[in-house]
Formats: sequence, C-alpha cells, structure tokens
Amino acid sequence: MDFLRPASWEEALAAKAEHPTAVPIAGGTDVMVEINFDHRRPEYLLDLTRVADLYEWEVGEENVRLGASVPYTQIMENLRPELPGLALASHTVASPQIRNRGGVGGNLGTASPAGDAHPALLAAGAEVEAESVRGTRLIPIDAFYTGVKRNALAPDELIRAVHVKKADGPQQYSKVGTRNAMVIAVCAFGLALHPETRTVRTGIGSAAPTPVRAKTAEEFLNAALDEGGFWDNGKVITPSVAKQFADLCAAACNPIDDVRGTASYRRHAVGIMARRTLTWTWESYRGTAARSEGVA
Amino acid sequence: MRVNFTVNGRPQDADDVWEGESLLYVLRERMGLPGSKNACEQGECGSCTVRLDGVPVCSCLVAAGQAEGRDVVTVEGLADFAKQRAEHGGCAAGACGTSLQDAQQWQARGTDSQTGEGTQLAPIQQAFIDAGAVQCGFCTPGLLVAADEMLERTPNPTDADIREALSGNLCRCTGYEKIMDAVRLAAARQGEAV
Ligand SMILES: Cc1cc2nc3c(=O)[nH]c(=O)nc-3n(C[C@H](O)[C@H](O)[C@H](O)COP(=O)(O)OP(=O)(O)OC[C@H]3O[C@@H](n4cnc5c(N)ncnc54)[C@H](O)[C@@H]3O)c2cc1C
Ligand code: FES
Ligand code: FES
Repeated sequence: MDFLRPASWEEALAAKAEHPTAVPIAGGTDVMVEINFDHRRPEYLLDLTRVADLYEWEVGEENVRLGASVPYTQIMENLRPELPGLALASHTVASPQIRNRGGVGGNLGTASPAGDAHPALLAAGAEVEAESVRGTRLIPIDAFYTGVKRNALAPDELIRAVHVKKADGPQQYSKVGTRNAMVIAVCAFGLALHPETRTVRTGIGSAAPTPVRAKTAEEFLNAALDEGGFWDNGKVITPSVAKQFADLCAAACNPIDDVRGTASYRRHAVGIMARRTLTWTWESYRGTAARSEGVA
Repeated sequence: MRVNFTVNGRPQDADDVWEGESLLYVLRERMGLPGSKNACEQGECGSCTVRLDGVPVCSCLVAAGQAEGRDVVTVEGLADFAKQRAEHGGCAAGACGTSLQDAQQWQARGTDSQTGEGTQLAPIQQAFIDAGAVQCGFCTPGLLVAADEMLERTPNPTDADIREALSGNLCRCTGYEKIMDAVRLAAARQGEAV
C-alpha cells in the first residue's frame, strides 16, 4: 500500500489521475473501518486532510459552496441558518468524535442509502462539484446516486464541494433508530419548504437502493397547496391533504427487510415522518408568515 | 513509512508504519502508550478517544499517516495538559508536555487512592476517582479525554451537554450515573477554582 499525501487540490487531482484506483480518505470514518476489518486493501490511500480548500465554505447569494471535508460539527455550529435541514441531519450522525472527522464529501463518496446527508441534500436542492484534471462539472444531486453504494463519479474525479441551495423556508429532518446517538438510520426523511418557488421537496433515506425523492408526493402537495391558496392564506394544511402526501411518500419507497427493520415497517415509518415533518415545517412557515406579512 | 508528530507536547516519530495502520495502533504498539484502549476498531465505543489538533477523535479511525505533523494528546498526557491549560492557558509544543518515558510509566495515583502517593491528576481524573466512576476502567481513558475537552469548551455544562459530549463513549460497567456525577463534580470544582 502507498500513502499519497497531496498538499494542495491540484496535487490531489494529479494523484487521482495518475492512480485512478487510489482510495481517497478524508475523515476516514468509513474507509478506516473497512481497512481495520480487512474488507478493503487499497493499493493507494489518497489522504485529503492536507488540502485546506476542502475544509472551507462560502455563503453566496443563492448557494452555500460547502467544501467536501467540512466536518459535520462545523456544519451544525456554523451553517444552521443557511442549511437547517443538513445541520439537523448532521446532528443525528453517530457521535461527537465521528462528527468531528466525517463530512458530506465522505458521505457522498460512500453513497450508502442510509447516509444522513442525502435526504437533506435532496430536499434542499444541491449539486455536487466534481473535478478531475480534465475539468469541473456540477452533478445534480438527483443524478448523483446511481445504485447501492454507487455514485456518478468517474474514476479520476474527486468531490471538491457541494453547492447546497440556501434555505428560503423551514426545513426538517427526521430519522428512525433504536437510540439517539450512534445509530444508522432504519429510515430517514428530509423535507424543505421553498416559499420562493412555492414548492416542497423531499428526501428519503434507507428505504430504497439509493436515497430518493418522493416526486409524486411533491407534485401532489405542490398542486394542493397552490389550489387551496395555502402559501398566501397560511391556513393549516387539511388533514386529508397531509394524509395523501404521507401515503404517496410511503409509496415512493422501495425498501428491503434487513436486520434494522422490515420493508413494511420502513414504508409505514416514512409515511409518519412525512406527515410530521410537513406539519412541523408548515407550522413554522405559518408562524413566520404571520409575523412578516400579518397573515393569520 | 515514517510518521512524525507531536504526542503529549513532545515531538515523536514512528518507523516502519504500515500505510493502512491506525493512529491507535501506532500509539499502543509502536510508542508503548496503551492508555488509549482498543475495543471495537470501528468508532462505536470511544475508548480510543484522543485529541488531534485539539479535537476529540476516535484514534482507531485516523490513518497514522494523517497524523503527520499534527498534535496528539492521549490520556497519559492529560494531567500535564490540564495543568498547563490552568496555569498558562496552554503550552507551546516542546516547551512542556509529557516525555514518552514518563507517559509510558504514567499511572493514576490520585491523592485519595490507597497508595496515597499523590501523582498530580487532571481535575477530571481526580473527579472520576472521587465519584467512583471507574469500575473495570476500560472506558475511562476515552471518557476522560472527551469529558475534559467538553469542560474546556463548556465550563458550566447542563446534564444534556454532558450526555451529548459523552454520547460516543460506551461503558459496560457503571450505568453512566457515576460518570455523570464525576463530570458534574469536576465542573463544580472548576467553577470554584475560578
Ligand atoms: C461508529 C460510526 C457511526 C456512523 N454513523 C453514521 C450515521 O449515523 N449516519 C451517517 O450518515 N453515517 C454514519 N457513519 C458513516 C460515516 O461517518 C459517514 O459516511 C461520513 O460522512 C464519512 O465521511 P468521512 O470524511 O469520514 O469519509 P471517509 O471514510 O474518509 O471516506 C468515505 C468514502 O468517500 C470517499 N471520499 C471521501 N472524500 C472524498 C472526496 N473529496 N472525493 C471523492 N471521494 C471521497 C472515500 O474514498 C470513501 O470511499 C458512521 C460511521 C461510524 C464509524
Ligand atoms: S476502538 Fe476506536 S471507537 Fe472503539
Ligand atoms: S468502567 Fe468498565 S466499561 Fe466503563
């Protein structure tokens, strides 16, 4: 095994181009487990912890450009107003020690259906900035997950950053597990209200081969909110609408039975989380709308 | 490969390190510092917790090569680390710290322990002894490092703060109540000292 230690982003891209089989290691919270248990013996480890750019973030007009290695702890502490859904999701990851090391770049690299960043990114709207010596491209988050633990990166590409849309409304993240700390999601649900475009976006974790959006549920809810004038009148969402939305979210799942839970339990739990996160975010939207626009 | 880094305030190096080796392995097997425990090697138990450039991490999940040039504090150096922090607000690397030999021989002998010998302990270590928070002791080093860092950041922690900060550390003996007591005790003593 060789340990490659690029000191800059350019050096990292050059090393990945020269050794496409090199395994990048950032926080190591996925990679080291595999090495410790002999599940993986890469020829090259490509250490990214010396590449300072990856630990920085920029808050722009519309997006946050989040460096791939910014640890979850930093996201929770510094980006809560801009990225509330991702900050909530970050807080559910493992333990302080893991959150001090692991970040979204590693979560995307692993692309586990249970990764907690994914539902939050899907709901907020995001693009993955992938780069190689050949150039840079922005991969829409919906197109990033290509299969169980598979992603759209080419062998010579590295993740430089994730461009996440800044919240323009309330966001929530909900996760089912056996305890509060150190738990891989049985299933998880992210929801974001986007009052500017009058749309709702969702993200479902651990209930399909990849993280997915519940698109039919989103379309139904967008139409129902529009027809009822809800964005303007700020009324409580009709229970039948919330129920239909929840059912459609459950229907968007394609779960399996495994040690953490059965498929039918997952579908059921996703429906419950969909209804709850919709209620929480909508109540919060009504609250702010009432304050800023005087809507009852 | 060779890895150079600072351990408990003193520059150290390790030779013939395998590229896939963890920082925990280097500390225990190459430097003779078995204070950081190896239980799960998968980040679940926190018994290998050390500070890496000040930040608590599971040393079993840090590749040794990633520690190159970094600053590591282990439980063996915690007493001196806490002392320097209290007296000088910290320590420039190399100016103080715990030598490898001292660290290898370091033992917890609190002023209340039966030996009565009174090696100086970090306040959090003394509090663990006084509160009866140590049973088999396997989880203790990781808990001490994590709790000490929490008290540095959050001098007046709520119970929720303590639970959150220690949520990555498993203990199979105490049921955690005595550990909570110990951290509350250390926080209270820290408050009195100011
Ligand atoms: C005890 C424990 C509990 C955990 N609990 C959770 C949990 O609750 N929720 C959760 O989502 N995850 C959890 N994880 C998994 C892990 O912490 C996360 O997936 C984390 O986001 C990984 O980030 P990292 O920086 O440590 O990744 P690494 O382990 O360094 O890398 C992970 C993968 O991404 C690749 N990679 C890293 N950076 C880049 C880059 N810039 N470009 C391209 N590829 C890259 C690596 O090659 C590797 O394939 C847990 C892990 C442990 C050990
Ligand atoms: S040995 Fe590192 S967390 Fe258990
Ligand atoms: S005292 Fe035995 S594991 Fe904690």
